[in-house]
Amino acid sequence: MGLVTRGFRGRGRPDAALPPGQYLVTDFPVLSAGPTPRVSLDDWRLTISTVAGPLRSWTWTDFQAIGHESLTQDLHCVTKWSKLGTRWGGVSLDTLLADVDTGSAQYVLASSYGGYTTDIPLADLRGGRAWIVDTYDGGPVAGEHGGPARLLVPHLYLWKSAKWVRDLRLLDEDEPGFWESLGYHRYGDPWREQRYWGD
Amino acid sequence: MARAAVLGRLSWLVADVVDIRDETATARTLVLKVAGWPGHLAGQHVDVRLTAPDGYVAERSYSIASAPDGELVELTVQFVSDGEVSSYLIGEARVGDQIELRGPIGGWFVWRPAQAEPVLMLAGGSGLVPLMSMIRSRTSGGSRAPFRLIYSAREPADALYTSELSGLAADAAAGVDVSWVWTRRAAGRPGGSTATCSSTRAGRRSSIRPRISADRPASWNSQRNC
Repeated sequence: MGLVTRGFRGRGRPDAALPPGQYLVTDFPVLSAGPTPRVSLDDWRLTISTVAGPLRSWTWTDFQAIGHESLTQDLHCVTKWSKLGTRWGGVSLDTLLADVDTGSAQYVLASSYGGYTTDIPLADLRGGRAWIVDTYDGGPVAGEHGGPARLLVPHLYLWKSAKWVRDLRLLDEDEPGFWESLGYHRYGDPWREQRYWGD
Repeated sequence: MARAAVLGRLSWLVADVVDIRDETATARTLVLKVAGWPGHLAGQHVDVRLTAPDGYVAERSYSIASAPDGELVELTVQFVSDGEVSSYLIGEARVGDQIELRGPIGGWFVWRPAQAEPVLMLAGGSGLVPLMSMIRSRTSGGSRAPFRLIYSAREPADALYTSELSGLAADAAAGVDVSWVWTRRAAGRPGGSTATCSSTRAGRRSSIRPRISADRPASWNSQRNC
């Protein structure tokens, strides 16, 4: 236990739904490292690639034709807010990776329109734990929340759920993404409070 | 963009509250002396941890308001109506108390005095705090980089650091241009004078919409991907 803070009693008490150090919000905060890219649906592409080039590519029309599912997930941002029970629609990475030969790849570097990147172990994108989502709460995903489509990996801190995702690069060796190069944890498990390097 | 990575594990440090300054009716600055503080860059933030007698813990992030100054770290906290931590820091904490923090955190939204290029800053409410650290670092670091700040608040009484910023804005040699934008009254400087060039620029109120809500933690600008 840390130093007891004189005069602090706190209002909440540990909530089983909240990872350590998190607090509940009911709005949907927006945090971005740069401006919101505008991507027209005609130009939008999602690719799965290797260093050698694209393996698979989907246009918006292609993507809409793939089996979508509805999901309800809790979101945990490293800035300490958590939002519970968010409702999304999208395509599971299990579906997108189903007929992709991932070879010896162990990691994925997700890249976004606008240049953002984040790295994730490939295994964490499988097993019904990761999606490319294109609806939020029954409507399109707003640009500020990563629309037209974003990665959603809700069992990791939300910076791993790259907004405006455009490419998933299969890698044998892990490469740090944007925040992972700037002091934030490589894996980012909220339940182990892996916020920063060394956590 | 400069990069300043956090090195090694960020341990929790004990911070002594050595001074408290009221900034507005709903915001105040805690001056903390942190033994073992590794130093920081303007724009970085800290995590604050409060622990109740039964072990209950609340953590929040706060931007650093001060320029690097040895073991001294200043946090300006805006009261949030249902804010568990801000209400403690505003209403309960006093000089002589100890709180825990770790940091500095964040290597993206930073400014170093060696950066000579002009800087345009836009802030709303308590979103000014990390930018104030940059303005203060500019001064303490002897930088001559041209700075322009456009600062939006609900009304003059809600604006942070008014006398300090007014002093900079009034000093033509300082090289810091400041414009205030009020969202709940007509444009102008705090105090009502409209004779300066900086307040003239502030007159274009309708074209500026604050992007950073004043009722959110001060570190919540330009960070992460949530």
